[in-house]
Amino acid sequence: MIAHLLLHLLVLLLFAPLLPGVIARTKARFAGRQGPPLLQPYYDLLRLWRKGFVLSRTTTWVFSAGPVVGLVVPLLAALLLPFGALSAPLSFEGDLILFVYLFALARFFTAAAALDTGSSFEGMGAAREVTFSCLAEPTLMFALLVLAKLSGGLSLQTLFGAHLPAAWGSGAGPALGLILVCLFVVLLVENSRIPFDDPNTHLELTMIHEVMVLDHSGPAFGMILYGAALKLMVLGSLLVRLALPWNSGFWLFDLLIYLGGLLLLAVLIGVVESVMARLRLVRVPQVLIGTSLVSVFALVLVLR
Amino acid sequence: MAAHLLLLALLILLAGGLAALLAGRRSALASNCAAGATLVAALPGLGAALLGLRGAPATLEAAWQVPGGRLLLSVDALSGVFLLAIFVLAPLCALYGAAYLKAQGAERALGGHWFFFTGLVAAMALVVTAAQALLFLAVWELMSLASFFLVAFDHRLAEVRRAAWLYLLACHLGGALLFALFLLAGDLAGSLEFRDFHRLAEADPGVALLLFLLALVGFGTKAGLFPLHVWLPEAHPAAPSHVSALMSGVMVKTGIYGLLRVLTWLPAAPAWWGLLLAGLGILGALYGIALAAVQRDLKRCLAYSTIENVGIIFLGLGLSLYARALGLPLMAALGLAGALLHVWNHALFKGLLFLGAGGLLHATGTRDLNHMGGLLKRLPLSGALLIGGSLAIVAVPPLNGFVSEWLLYLGLLQGATQLSGAAALPPLLLVGLLALTGALALLVFVRLVGIALLGVPRSPAAVTAHEGGASLLLPQALLLSACLAIGLFPGAALGLLAAPLALLAPPGASAALLAVPLAGPGSLAWLLLALVSTAALLLVGLRRRRPRTAGETWGCGYALPSARMTYSAEGFAELAHNRMLPAVLRPAVGGALPAELFPQPVGRAQASADPVLGRLFQPLFAGLGERCVRLRWLQQGKPAVYLAYIFLTGAALMLWSLWALGGG
Repeated sequence: MIAHLLLHLLVLLLFAPLLPGVIARTKARFAGRQGPPLLQPYYDLLRLWRKGFVLSRTTTWVFSAGPVVGLVVPLLAALLLPFGALSAPLSFEGDLILFVYLFALARFFTAAAALDTGSSFEGMGAAREVTFSCLAEPTLMFALLVLAKLSGGLSLQTLFGAHLPAAWGSGAGPALGLILVCLFVVLLVENSRIPFDDPNTHLELTMIHEVMVLDHSGPAFGMILYGAALKLMVLGSLLVRLALPWNSGFWLFDLLIYLGGLLLLAVLIGVVESVMARLRLVRVPQVLIGTSLVSVFALVLVLR
Repeated sequence: MAAHLLLLALLILLAGGLAALLAGRRSALASNCAAGATLVAALPGLGAALLGLRGAPATLEAAWQVPGGRLLLSVDALSGVFLLAIFVLAPLCALYGAAYLKAQGAERALGGHWFFFTGLVAAMALVVTAAQALLFLAVWELMSLASFFLVAFDHRLAEVRRAAWLYLLACHLGGALLFALFLLAGDLAGSLEFRDFHRLAEADPGVALLLFLLALVGFGTKAGLFPLHVWLPEAHPAAPSHVSALMSGVMVKTGIYGLLRVLTWLPAAPAWWGLLLAGLGILGALYGIALAAVQRDLKRCLAYSTIENVGIIFLGLGLSLYARALGLPLMAALGLAGALLHVWNHALFKGLLFLGAGGLLHATGTRDLNHMGGLLKRLPLSGALLIGGSLAIVAVPPLNGFVSEWLLYLGLLQGATQLSGAAALPPLLLVGLLALTGALALLVFVRLVGIALLGVPRSPAAVTAHEGGASLLLPQALLLSACLAIGLFPGAALGLLAAPLALLAPPGASAALLAVPLAGPGSLAWLLLALVSTAALLLVGLRRRRPRTAGETWGCGYALPSARMTYSAEGFAELAHNRMLPAVLRPAVGGALPAELFPQPVGRAQASADPVLGRLFQPLFAGLGERCVRLRWLQQGKPAVYLAYIFLTGAALMLWSLWALGGG
């Protein structure tokens, strides 16, 4: 039990920062550049850890609560989630609701921390973040519902259990395909990726997530970057398990399949970011509503 | 025993109210008498509630001179649920109110206000325990009248008078339907006592439907069920904050009590009643929270959020009726447990939020979010309590809101996975809509916290705001600790609800409910608290050790940011209401846009009136009024004509009774 928990946490904490590195490298290759080293996010985290703080005089404790909650929430959410075929350390009926609402907690504090600075840029980011997630959250819920309907259980462990390969083969294949697309969109929105958000340019008025963290510095900013990497890995795990649902029976192979899947996912995100432009802001809600409808459609497909 | 304790509480409340009335212009004395009496009365009241929750019904009988009436009080498990909420919130509101009204007490007599306050508390306790139809109707009226006078506290302001009249009107329209309901039920059961109403279970489906609809509209008006909620966003902001807290926290719940009580008498409900309740509930929840997002008035925003939460409670009730009709006891129990727990939770966190809003009003003199800002720096304790309340209401772990919503979700998911075909569709869609409500609630409360408490002050009053006294803060702190306690020990809270669930849920459901892994969310809440505290300590430690520089907020190179450039309440919700919400819910924006090359100063203002009130009820009643004008000719103003009317009416009634006797 303890060993299992430790392995889960070690994989999460050590592997997560690699994913942004892979995305950056993929984008650089597409642009014909060499790109930063794959391990650059680890170096960034180390560098930020050693730095001091610059704090705005306007801010209060809420400003610091943002990074703290933003780091803790993906960590806790990961404990509820199976990593590929490796089972979740904590699991109970109905933990999928907790999974969704934990991210709501993180969003509350990230947006509140942004508003705490009194900057109109960060206020803009906060308003956009909470508005768009209104549309992303039902989609995530519907996608999880499709899986619940197929598995008959209500914990993430059973939702992403061993029945998935058979489900792909059975009549539920199209529905699973649809929610795979929906979950990918949710992943892009929640992790502020192109085409919904641009993680690279800090000063554009089109920003959502990056503009919310403008005023953070030093270790607090490191916590935010680390939290974002963990969140990418946690939400990515949903997709990877759904797309590569095999159980080999030996934990090391399972782990390798899972980690390989995550790397592929990171490359895929990098490709999407390279070949697509950012959507106009007013198009984002339309795309998200469309995705919600697709997820409802997937739900109707599995109703028997 | 429970009924005698309740009687004791009622007598103390009565004595306190009369003492306050006698104190008259000596306002401090009046406040102390009434608040003291409410505090003391809460002890026997809580005793009665807890005894009631243990399940053994206790009754108290006495003769009453009113024809057909009988003083019959009964404390059972269902009464206990609501009594507990009343006697937890009322003393805290009284304590707060005594401090809150101190400044006003110097200028005006508070005796009347406190008399009606204790009257409202007593009337609510009587409503949930009255076991005779005439007594119930009498105390229901008493509750409406007492709360009307409490709402009309600042009656010198035209808007307050308007709100109070609207409230009185709504109360009486709802009340009229309740008269019809109880007279019809009494006629069918052959007695006006609630213990004989079980005979209604044999009523034929048409009559049962009529009773159900009468109860739904009559009690729904009080509960703020969509689309009968129109009084709520007007009355809550108009009342003083401790009254808003009491009304929103427990008084609207008496409507839910009434409906639950009626449902225990009626024959087994068909599935579509459940769908109707759940549908109205989710519609109201979405409508309420969407309109809460565009309100500038802090208390109006909270009032709309009450409509949302009442909607969620109705969703739970509807879910349980639906599940019961389809034969799924666990799902029915989960829906009911979620709804009842949400009744308590909402009383706690909405009480906290209204008291907190009162604190901000006290400190800044305004309810306008745009004139606040930066208050967390100036009122660190009030601000932190308000943030705690907001976290509870957006239902995030580790606070109590999450527990009740989790139960509701679990009920919906049970239905979604166990039912097949079209029957599974309603719970499936409700899951997504409830998630949408939750996400919108997050938007509303991030906006409320961010615009009111964080950032920079946007008015001179906000700059000089300062913390109120301990008696303003203590009630809020107690409410927040109760919220946290339910979040950390969900099993204990649900254990208290065992007897009411056994009373209301289908047989076998309580046993099924015991299998629900409540330890899961509870232990996760502890883990979350532990991890957050560890990470927070780490950050605090680092901030001590590393060099720190304090500076201005980074304005992207702009050197002269001003408070007027920061996000306003309207600005924060603009994207949501222009891009996501239907056009009907959009606030009306008035004023011209700047034109020409060298624009003149222009003013823009946004008004967010209630669409149901403005588009449905006002035209309806205006139309009715116009029709009625045509009957003016009946009013001749001559005594002879009126005598003729009386004679004709008398003759008609006599003929009718003769015909009825002859025919019968």
